[in-house]
Amino acid sequence: MLFLIIKRILLGLITLFIVSLITFVGTEVLPGDACTTYLERQAFGEQLEACYRRLGLNVPAYERYVSWAVNAIQGDFGYSLSGEMPIKEVLGPRIKNSLVLASAAIFIGIPIALILGIVTALWRDKLPDVAISTVTIFAMTIPEFISATLLILIIAIWLEWLPGIVIVPTDVSFFELLPNIILPVIAIAMIMTAHMARMVRSSVIQVMASEYVQMAILKGVPYWKMVFKHVLPNALLPAINVVALTIAWLLGGVVVTEVVFNYPGLGRLVIESISNRDLPTVQALAIILASIYVSINLLADLMTLMLNPRLKTLQIRK
Amino acid sequence: MKLDNIYQEEKKSNFAKVYEIIITMASRPSGFIGLSILIFHIILAFISPYIAPYDFKAINPTLMLQAPSAEYWFGTDDLGRDVFTRTILGGRTALTITFFGSLIALLWGGLLGIFCGLVGGKTDDIVMRIVDAFLSIPWILAMLLIVSLLGTSTEVLIPALGFFYGKGIVRVARAATHDVIAKDFIVSARARGHSNFSIIWYEIIPNVRDAILVEGAMRWSWMLLGFSSLSFLGFGVSPPTPDWGLMISNARGLMSFAYWSVIAPIVGLSSLIIGINLTADAFAKALGIDRSTKAPV
Repeated sequence: MLFLIIKRILLGLITLFIVSLITFVGTEVLPGDACTTYLERQAFGEQLEACYRRLGLNVPAYERYVSWAVNAIQGDFGYSLSGEMPIKEVLGPRIKNSLVLASAAIFIGIPIALILGIVTALWRDKLPDVAISTVTIFAMTIPEFISATLLILIIAIWLEWLPGIVIVPTDVSFFELLPNIILPVIAIAMIMTAHMARMVRSSVIQVMASEYVQMAILKGVPYWKMVFKHVLPNALLPAINVVALTIAWLLGGVVVTEVVFNYPGLGRLVIESISNRDLPTVQALAIILASIYVSINLLADLMTLMLNPRLKTLQIRK
Repeated sequence: MKLDNIYQEEKKSNFAKVYEIIITMASRPSGFIGLSILIFHIILAFISPYIAPYDFKAINPTLMLQAPSAEYWFGTDDLGRDVFTRTILGGRTALTITFFGSLIALLWGGLLGIFCGLVGGKTDDIVMRIVDAFLSIPWILAMLLIVSLLGTSTEVLIPALGFFYGKGIVRVARAATHDVIAKDFIVSARARGHSNFSIIWYEIIPNVRDAILVEGAMRWSWMLLGFSSLSFLGFGVSPPTPDWGLMISNARGLMSFAYWSVIAPIVGLSSLIIGINLTADAFAKALGIDRSTKAPV
């Protein structure tokens, strides 16, 4: 058990190491470096020299990688090119804003997804299932920027219920942020809920078809008792991993949603830093987003391990 | 002569198989709807240059933001360009780029996956670590980085999308190969002294083809989503090319008084993505592959 946990954590760290190598080598191999891409036409003479010195680009690549990695582990990502601010300070409030958005979407989305998934599975191929499944297919296939645009058009412009665009400074306090995030949260939660509901549905259906559930039915266990005692615990366990993967996958969608709503989070920073060709910031963002992905997956793995008695004994026996 | 006959018979049965699969797909309502939408879009992409009523880049300042009328079915946009013309032309770039991108993804992802599954051992471990690492970089960040450093021409977008969406196929192909590899016919092929290449070509590919094709079809719809998101963010095809993502992002700022110019491309793009998705689902079901429990990685 312990060995397994340590192994998972090590694998995650190796993955992060490779990600850092990929982003570093990627920005290194591609034509131009951080300074020439940032300065564009002015990239010559003294300005270029100064930029090289500021970023420490005048030492060999592997040395730079080592010092960058050592600093990054301590949370120091160097300086951003455009604002000439420490990247750490740029990232801080952005991460907080994105966390507020994502956790609100997750806390709203997961319970709804569970209920919808279970309902559609238990009433499989009946009216509730057909209706909900049709809606979820629409919600999960339509791109984030389309559902977000439609939300703005219908709720903010036609009905005038909520503000359509977030106009707040980056370091706004939590309560000032609150009324502004309702629409972005709905936009993200909608897609996430649809994905998760479909997975819960198929997982429940699979368990319902298993022999021990058939046995319970034959034995005369009351329907709802069977559902809650025999089906759900076994169905939701494998769903945890899949839900984690979905959340991680939606990181990309969060970027687009933030841009649509002009939300001052990590996603908009991604676009801004890439438009400004601010490669140090891009590197920092790649590592941070990848660590979020890896840790969500790690958490899901650990949760499945903790909750599944079968896996536990299996490991001990081994 | 005899060999020739066998060859022809096999070819015929292949055609029959494809026909059968399409019939099975169309026999479900969702598959039928998906196929019809997809076929409609493909036909539209081929004929739209000939039926478009106006020039897609003709700017006309006197006709700015006209509401839909008999003359301009979907109204005009902020530069006085006909929205109907631009909408029916808007899928051509997206369809072409994502179709060839998916083909590239299928090819390299499938072959690398099969290779890893067959070889196993250290090579497999290392390759899968790297694939995992690529998977944990959010697609949008990687795509934006590639596109912003190399430009947004078709020659960059197709291989970039193909590369980036192929890494998920590596996993599927590898898992499918693992299922096949322990079977007796592989062992006997090895015993007959076949080379790795001939085992891959004659024994493994026919058996993992279905799983990889289904995955590829699914990738197609995600790639379309990714590509249009890039266009929407301003990192895809460049104006004045008619493209749905680009049109939506342009018209978005004006939608409080000219909603038609944003609705038309939204309907175009959503219907195409839903069409591909339903078709891919029906395709998976027709081949007997359940992918509803898989996460969209």
